[in-house]
Amino acid sequence: MLTNRIIPCLDVKNGRVVKGINFVDLKDAGDPVEQAKIYSDGGADEICFLDITASNENRDTIYKVVEKTSKKCFVPLTVGGGVRSVDDINRLLNCGADKVSINTAAVQNSEVVFESSKKFGSQCIVVAIDAKKNADKWEIFTHGGRNNTEINALEFAKKMENSGAGELLVTSMDRDGTQVGYDIDLMSKISSKVNIPVIASGGVGNLDHLVDGIKLGNASAVLAASIFHYGKYSVKEAKEYLNSKGIPVRI
Amino acid sequence: MNITIVDYNSGNISSVVNSFKEVTQNKVNIEVTSNLKKIKSSDKVILPGQGSFKSCVDALNNINGLAESLNEFVINNKKPLLGICVGLQMFADIGYEETETKGLGWISGKVSKIDNQNGKYKLPHIGWNQINIIKESEIFKDIENNSHMYFVHSYEFVPNDKNVISSTTDYSSSIVSSVEKENIFGTQFHPEKSDKIGLKIIDNFINL
Repeated sequence: MLTNRIIPCLDVKNGRVVKGINFVDLKDAGDPVEQAKIYSDGGADEICFLDITASNENRDTIYKVVEKTSKKCFVPLTVGGGVRSVDDINRLLNCGADKVSINTAAVQNSEVVFESSKKFGSQCIVVAIDAKKNADKWEIFTHGGRNNTEINALEFAKKMENSGAGELLVTSMDRDGTQVGYDIDLMSKISSKVNIPVIASGGVGNLDHLVDGIKLGNASAVLAASIFHYGKYSVKEAKEYLNSKGIPVRI
Repeated sequence: MNITIVDYNSGNISSVVNSFKEVTQNKVNIEVTSNLKKIKSSDKVILPGQGSFKSCVDALNNINGLAESLNEFVINNKKPLLGICVGLQMFADIGYEETETKGLGWISGKVSKIDNQNGKYKLPHIGWNQINIIKESEIFKDIENNSHMYFVHSYEFVPNDKNVISSTTDYSSSIVSSVEKENIFGTQFHPEKSDKIGLKIIDNFINL
């Protein structure tokens, strides 16, 4: 049976982890490579790096991080943040990323999704959708959640599937950082709208939220950052909990 | 020992290269090339493949003499080859992704889209799924039945002779997750991304 995936996400800025795991025995708490290795050894089904480097001069740092990580972690590695073009995707894949997540560029120009999925295959193209609720619908935000495009998130999700995206990483801007749980309504609506897998993101505060994301939100995978970063739960604990709730996981 | 990972512009192969380097730890010479001479003189060959069946076959045929050299390696010289994902699918006579495309024809059969039962099953089939080992295979040495492997594909290989199937995986129906025919091995899943257990399969292939 296909299992539901648990994906810890690491925010990386100028080649360093911003919110790291507080492990006492960690030699270098800011080293993304070491943190990714801890996650993969702990049973993470996939690792996600979100590059939040602001300046262009330091953009190259993420490539080095990906290169080093892919030599140590043998589970899929997804990299997103600041991906603008087919060339950017090519470079990340060559460094050892297995999938690349595209956000702003996909909204500005869906051709990037179309071209890159044709060139590299849909399996490595993830479109990241940042959505915020406005009255009875959800609107797409870009540039790390700063710009409201007023584009309908459900319609955009379908458009991305048709453009060749292999997966959708859906983040609720309303919930992100709140720890009150995923926006289940948003997840389930997008999941039933498209036939590609949906990764739920934004708002996880406890393990029941992961269960809800899968059972109620129909997500194929659940992404979380802070509950793992701060050592509140380990990936193993999360999997055991999901398993106890009847959700198939890889243990 | 010399192992060649065939680099024929079939998409991202860095993960495959990294995993073989991790397993062999410099004890085996690993070449990443489409050089025909090097392929011919190899002891073992890895045929990766990402993207569509058509794009991989086209990329392979774009390199003059590559298909013939692989054919000589596998069919005439009977040396071990491991196909991964679309690398396995290309063993078939024919594939139906994008358009009807002729494969290498090493294992008779076709590659067709997984039946998603009117949207009941999401495609691509992405994630960790169990393999049911149905044939004793040296590449599954010390691998427990029902182990989880990492999959990402929308098309499945349907061989005519079911005896070549070494494991199956349940997704929509029972799909072929690996094949073995004499010296020809293939996995639909990605051993290079299947954690320690995937690396063990790579190790088993190297030690054949």
